[in-house]
Amino acid sequence: MSAFLKLLFRNRLAAMGAVVLGAILLLVLVTPLLPLPDPNVTDTSQRFLRPFEAAGHLLGTDHLGRDLLARLLYGTRLSLAVGFAAAVIAAFFGSAIGIVAGYFGRRTDNIIMRGVDMLMAFPYILLALAIVAALGPGLLNALIAVAAVNIPFFARNIRGITVGLAAREFVDAAKLSGKGHLRIILTEVLPNVLPVIVIAMSTTVGWMILETAGLSFLGLGSQPPVADLGSMLGEARAALITAPHTSVVPGLMIFLIVMSINLLGDGVRDALDPRLKSGALSRPRSMTRVDRKGPVREAAQKGLLDLQALETQFHVGARVYRAVGGVDLHVKKGECLGIIGESGSGKSVTALSVMGLVASPPGVITAGAVRYDGHDLLSSGYREMRQRRGENVAYIFQDPLATLHPLYKVEDQLAEAIQSHHRVSDGEARERSLELLRAVRIPNPESRLKNYPHEMSGGMRQRVGIAMALANDPDVIIADEPTTALDVTVQAQILALLDDLRRERGLAIVFITHDFGVVAQLCDRVAVMYAGRIVEEGPTKAVLDAPAHPYTKRLIACVPELGGGQRELAAIPGLPPSVDDLPPGCAFAPRCHKARDACAQGEIPLDGTPPRAVRCLYPEEAV
Amino acid sequence: MGSYILKRLVSAIPVLLGITVIVFLIMAMIPGDPATAILGSYATPENVEKINRDLGLDKPLVQRYFIWLGNMLTGDFGRSFSLNRPVLDEVLERFNATLILAGTSFVLCAVLGVLAGVVSAARQYGLADKLITFVVLIGISVPAFFLGMMMILLFAVNLRWLPVSGMYAIYGGGDLADLLRHLVMPALALAAVATGVVARLSRSAMLEVLRQDYIRTARAKGVPERRVIMGHALRVAMVSIIPVLGIQAGFVLSGAVYIEIVFQWPGVGRMLVDAILTRDILLVQGGVVFVAACYVLFNIAVDVAQSLLDPRIKT
Repeated sequence: MSAFLKLLFRNRLAAMGAVVLGAILLLVLVTPLLPLPDPNVTDTSQRFLRPFEAAGHLLGTDHLGRDLLARLLYGTRLSLAVGFAAAVIAAFFGSAIGIVAGYFGRRTDNIIMRGVDMLMAFPYILLALAIVAALGPGLLNALIAVAAVNIPFFARNIRGITVGLAAREFVDAAKLSGKGHLRIILTEVLPNVLPVIVIAMSTTVGWMILETAGLSFLGLGSQPPVADLGSMLGEARAALITAPHTSVVPGLMIFLIVMSINLLGDGVRDALDPRLKSGALSRPRSMTRVDRKGPVREAAQKGLLDLQALETQFHVGARVYRAVGGVDLHVKKGECLGIIGESGSGKSVTALSVMGLVASPPGVITAGAVRYDGHDLLSSGYREMRQRRGENVAYIFQDPLATLHPLYKVEDQLAEAIQSHHRVSDGEARERSLELLRAVRIPNPESRLKNYPHEMSGGMRQRVGIAMALANDPDVIIADEPTTALDVTVQAQILALLDDLRRERGLAIVFITHDFGVVAQLCDRVAVMYAGRIVEEGPTKAVLDAPAHPYTKRLIACVPELGGGQRELAAIPGLPPSVDDLPPGCAFAPRCHKARDACAQGEIPLDGTPPRAVRCLYPEEAV
Repeated sequence: MGSYILKRLVSAIPVLLGITVIVFLIMAMIPGDPATAILGSYATPENVEKINRDLGLDKPLVQRYFIWLGNMLTGDFGRSFSLNRPVLDEVLERFNATLILAGTSFVLCAVLGVLAGVVSAARQYGLADKLITFVVLIGISVPAFFLGMMMILLFAVNLRWLPVSGMYAIYGGGDLADLLRHLVMPALALAAVATGVVARLSRSAMLEVLRQDYIRTARAKGVPERRVIMGHALRVAMVSIIPVLGIQAGFVLSGAVYIEIVFQWPGVGRMLVDAILTRDILLVQGGVVFVAACYVLFNIAVDVAQSLLDPRIKT
């Protein structure tokens, strides 16, 4: 509770709302003790005095010469009391109905909820007006009307909670122990729904104050001479032009009350919503923020795509997660480079950094360069990056259901990929889309074009994802675990397809995976990542046959072998380190059986005779 | 699609019947002798008897309901005693004015609200976002009737830009330009709260959608950012915004009652308030049933729009 309050008051706006509301509440509580004139005593010789004009009438007087300040405070008192009473009544009856419906379920629930739905089919004021029409104007009747109108809201919310509770074990246990329904409801159900009722009340009490004020404003609520804020405003309307202050004073008070309740309500909601605590609700920008501390040193071009000392971090509050801690990679035309590592090793972030697709905030590229054909993409800005995305470097993502747009047809998604880069007619784009579907060997491509993603199987969706990546004949394709979500036979087909495409079109492929089998099948070279850095690199066969880094060796040992007979799979003990708190030296040292003191001291370089390299002081094999 | 619309229309029938039952029951709550209540100080014995006969109050409750329902289905909503004309004629005429006002406000709140929410989300934590959040907070906290009064003070009385009230100028008005001049202030005042609510919801819906994987896919394809926001993201966000628009339509319709009073707009809301104050029960009954029925049909249209937008909804 105190943590909740702390969170609530860290929100400055919510705190402001609490202070304003508290001040108003305090003021109306002590109103009878204040030296104020009687709010209902008329004095027509003192009509329409302006604020601060006459002593004894701080806010002036109204059309009957009554003191506005006194009327304001007493009116606020009345409005708050009525609004609060309406909230309590609505909460009481609404919750009772909701609990009965949710607890008994079946027919009872059905009938009650039908009725509630009917009530909710009304615009609220029609119902309120009908009730006032039947009962006659008056504050009490307005209160009843407002409460009645809000009953369905409580009934529906509380029913939802109760339905869940009624199915729980402790309710069953209470039933078995022979308790009556009423006792179960009062002792087992009610305590559990009470917090929800209170929260629902706190979010609706502002509304109810406003609604009763509204009815009074229409002349259907409080009757003269007693006034609440609404009827004050209603009476003042006639003199709006000649004496605007009589309208402004009560109007501003309603505004202040409603706003402070809104602010407080927002604060409560935010404090209760755990997603906001982690700051995860911010949206990613169009391109990852690049904030490099110094100039990037020049380097000779090694491949079509060169990553040079790339560092990508996530800044969450005061914490810095070094997801990618200085990665050098290159891939040549027609070559397939595999990047392998456990989840969280930074391989996906490395790949996404290439085209500035790391979610930002919180992602920041803090150092290094990404060179496409010798040209640094990170210093080029969004405009140029946008033009290269899909045109020069294309992506294939992991889960094709989540990565394809759910509401666009396949043909629209493919055509858009083309038309984002080339001015072609819709007809041409469609033709080309059809070719693309044929190229990725989708049966019945004509009819598939008209499909939505949810109408296709996982394998088909991933083919569409690949077709989309091929749309503009890119030179580099980055495939981020494209087969992880697929079953084995489909996976084999997709891999074969990618391999063919690479050979036919001379594509450079960066293939990210955690599966050595896939790497062996497809990749010319492989880079092993651990805790954001490359720990070993070399031609696939060499690395698989003779791993140099203890981590690589252990990782390969984890792979079950088909037909290899039963053997114990050597899981690596421990967990990868958290990248916001990396140990000095080798990040794998704490889990490594060969680690010595030197491993935990100072920077260890990635060393070896090209094409092989390893980041280890005591490698398994000399490279 | 046609069968879906038909299905929704059929499913509305019990709701519409429920509405008539509820209104009928509320009106049956009138304490004491309804005829006396309706007539007030005009309650001479002849009048009471006439009212009782006219309203069929001498018959049992259930029978009265079905007579009333049957009459309504044939277009007979009874006769307003205070206006001395058929209720339906009056309601239709007034509803026309309300529709112009509330319809304009609804379009305003939908367009401005969604736009503000989208800009706010796209520029999260930026200046535009902070500005919009602030204005929205004010907007949803000002009661519509107070906002209307303040607008009159500023734009009609002080600046003299717009007419104070009414729907047409009394002399020499009556054309479209005149209507629009009269419509600006009430429509804006009425739209304020709903716009704020829609803007808030649109912002959070957009923020939610912008974090999804398919947005990253769109960006990876090289789709221009404007299209990512206004196409890919908004399209999905609309799926959760549209039902709220349906709910807000109800609030706009409700707020119209206050705005019609403040701006002397000759709509159905003002008619209802007058009818309540003159105890013209038949007029209240007819007006409420008619507007509620229109609202139910409007919500069906919202559902249909929703299903058009989202192919995943089974039609």
